[in-house]
Amino acid sequence: MDHFEQIKAEGIEAYLKAHEHKELLRFITCGSVDDGKSTLIGRLLYESKLIYEDQLAALEADSARMGTQGGRLDLALLVDGLAAEREQGITIDVAYRYFSTKARKFIVADTPGHEQYTRNMVTGASTADAAIILLDARKGILTQTRRHTYICSLLGIQHLVLAVNKMDLVDYSEEVFLKAQADYRELAASLGNSQVTCIPVSALEGDNVTKPSDKLSWYQGRTLLGELETLKIGELDSKRTFRMPVQWVNRPSSDFRGFSGYISRGSVGIGDKLAVLPAGTTSSVKSILGPDGDLKTAVAGQSVTICLNDEVDASRGDILADAADEPKVADQFRATIVWMHEEPMLPGREYVLKIGAKSTAVSIAEPRHKVNVNTFEELPARTLELNDIGVCNINLDQPIAFDAYKENRQTGGFIIIDRLTNDTVGAGMLDFALWRSENVQWQSLDVNKPARARAKGQKPCVVWFTGLSGSGKSTIANVLETKLHAAGRHTYLLDGDNVRHGLNKDLGFTDADRVENIRRVSEVAKLMTDAGLIVLVSFISPFRSEREMAREALDTQEFIEVYVDTPIAETERRDVKGLYAKARAGEIKNFTGIDSPYEAPLSPDVHVKTMECTVEDAADQIMAELKSRGRLDARGS
Amino acid sequence: MSLTHLERLEAESIRIIREVAAECENPVMLYSIGKDSAVMLHLALKAFAPGKLPFPLLHVDTTWKFREMIAFRDNLAKEHGFDLIVHTNQEGVAQGVNPFSHGSAVHTDIMKTQALKQALNKGQYDAAFGGARRDEEKSRAKERVFSFRSAQHRWDPKRQRPELWSTFNTRTNKGESLRVFPLSDWTELDIWQYIHLKGIPVVPLYLAKERPVVERDGVLIMVDDDRMPLEPGETPMMKSVRFRTLGCYPLTGAVESEATTLTQVIEEMLLTVNSEREGRIIDFDSAASMEKKKQEGYF
Repeated sequence: MDHFEQIKAEGIEAYLKAHEHKELLRFITCGSVDDGKSTLIGRLLYESKLIYEDQLAALEADSARMGTQGGRLDLALLVDGLAAEREQGITIDVAYRYFSTKARKFIVADTPGHEQYTRNMVTGASTADAAIILLDARKGILTQTRRHTYICSLLGIQHLVLAVNKMDLVDYSEEVFLKAQADYRELAASLGNSQVTCIPVSALEGDNVTKPSDKLSWYQGRTLLGELETLKIGELDSKRTFRMPVQWVNRPSSDFRGFSGYISRGSVGIGDKLAVLPAGTTSSVKSILGPDGDLKTAVAGQSVTICLNDEVDASRGDILADAADEPKVADQFRATIVWMHEEPMLPGREYVLKIGAKSTAVSIAEPRHKVNVNTFEELPARTLELNDIGVCNINLDQPIAFDAYKENRQTGGFIIIDRLTNDTVGAGMLDFALWRSENVQWQSLDVNKPARARAKGQKPCVVWFTGLSGSGKSTIANVLETKLHAAGRHTYLLDGDNVRHGLNKDLGFTDADRVENIRRVSEVAKLMTDAGLIVLVSFISPFRSEREMAREALDTQEFIEVYVDTPIAETERRDVKGLYAKARAGEIKNFTGIDSPYEAPLSPDVHVKTMECTVEDAADQIMAELKSRGRLDARGS
Repeated sequence: MSLTHLERLEAESIRIIREVAAECENPVMLYSIGKDSAVMLHLALKAFAPGKLPFPLLHVDTTWKFREMIAFRDNLAKEHGFDLIVHTNQEGVAQGVNPFSHGSAVHTDIMKTQALKQALNKGQYDAAFGGARRDEEKSRAKERVFSFRSAQHRWDPKRQRPELWSTFNTRTNKGESLRVFPLSDWTELDIWQYIHLKGIPVVPLYLAKERPVVERDGVLIMVDDDRMPLEPGETPMMKSVRFRTLGCYPLTGAVESEATTLTQVIEEMLLTVNSEREGRIIDFDSAASMEKKKQEGYF
């Protein structure tokens, strides 16, 4: 442990050789300031001789100035970094510390135990292989102990080590330790953690931290450091099936095309059959380029570049996986979400979700429940606020390949980013898929849109009429439908007034309701074109953005926007339904053209000027457009 | 097959470097010529092999670097055909700013911090790699791997984005940028071990050699050129010295040493009693000085 002695005994070459074979362990320390957490970490650094003399001099000066340990060295001051916190005497964020022994290099995530900083603990826990949970021997299990244990379990930390600290203040009592151990085992078991080790220590006095203590002679187990040096690092289990998110496509020349990424699970060898997800194409491994050249095999925890034997298409965000055990593909999930921002989560708002190397739009439904991290109770919730943990359904705008978080942290854990501020506002863990999109895609292959169109002997499309109330939309649509029907076409006319009696009878005339009105109608129109029909839509549809949305849902040739252009003076003069009069009298609110805007199309596919033509002319004008687009050809598209 | 700590550090750094190249529009790698930069550059080359580096290198030259550093830099760039951008704060040069008459704080601010901001603004980079390590200094321990900077390049320790797993948020709005530290989890010992293991070339100043030095306030300063004003009665002495960190020669303390090979340097480092930054005069100016500098835009 002491490298001075090691180097003297073995010589530098042997020392370096030995240290090349060290393993790496990441752990998190959980506990509050009062539990002596900073003192414990300070002690680990101090006793592994990684404190230099100038740092020690600074520490002595700081200890004297702060006066926290009455003349003795305050090891906690080694750990507390930023000026603001040093004045307050608390740590406020996640700090990372490093020390090493002959066996291992350690990366310590140090996070505060205050309730408002659940965010920080979740962050520190996300990369940890092990957790040290500190307990004040005098106080036993506290609310915060439950909270820390819950978060460590949630984030999938394999090894929990309970350090029963301040044993010096309970006269090194075995009884106190055994009680704490029994209570803690019960708590951990209730959260499904069976791998728990309990160790009595005094960080302040240095008992059983790196060296066994005479005062704890009744204790036969390992020291805290001994435990950290020997516990098994399980996360990089290379026995599980292979997963590698594609981070970068490396194409320096036409004769090299490799997929670069960090292997998140399992191992891969030349000749292995791999699948590219979500597409599902397969190939086999031609070569593996590691940091020092070509490799025959590679394992989890390595960054490599893989070349395949076939020209399969794979891009950043895809996952290379063992073809015999592919990850599932889905776009709707049950997830556990930790909210990390002062602005609460807004159900329904679109955020960016980043998982592995993939970013996609996501909307989060109202939480099913949130969890009280102290009691583990499930509470009803409408939203998630800073430091809340809740279970929600989420909906992505495209299917992704995934493993549940408990199967693979890398392909099951995600962050949530605000689209405007770009802040990381939350993080989550995929629990399971609600719906497997690959099944539906597979079903739709048998009878699809072209097949149904062929059966009808026509090319489906949407003729979208827009214009003011009373401009003549429905009249023209009626005549057009009669003509199409006479020509043997299967049509359907969706009329604004009629739909508002049924499908949309819950909607009013506010801007928000108008948007929803058109959204629903465009979805129905899309389903009908999918069914093979020629759909006529006659709606005022006053906003450009919603008409664009309807257009974008279809192929370019399938959407024909017809602007029925009648000046408002004329529509008001005609006032077929007497609505303008009522609007002018204030009896109807939000009436298009009066107190609600109408955004005329900028470049409609057909522009019908009703002041200059008859209804018949208008219908023929549209028929001509349909013909020129080939929509009336007697065969499916 | 279990990976060693250096293999894991290497893989994680490569992942970080690739992520920036994949997601940022216009990244740049700060190359300071020192040992950390040497490792970072080595890892970047591995990340994109057999392809070339997909971003340029940027060196902020204060005009007071050791001559051997500049020679090393130019050789390396030529040998590999790197796209190397060298930026110097010309206003500072015109004003004659130097570490002797202006002091280390003013010199560092104008020729380093301000120069860096100028270079980043000029190139409109949305991400800049730096070779800083968290073990270097206390305030660095809380630094993120992807450190977010405002359009004014300011670092707000309270407004850093949480970093979970290795899923990094690389998004910025126009004018904002990221400082990215792929070596965050490496320690000084890791760096030297890796250089030793992989045979990475470093500036010879890291190895002991007879060099002309003067002693000022207990610090050995190398007289690298005749711009250094000697005080009355001061004459440079030849001493076997090496440097633990490299920067502006008037601000970099040498250590007396006989270590002429890399292994000897590592041995000395392991047996030494003073920390690496001790040789950096800029850190002496005030307590928590690094934190202040970082808030103002220093790397």
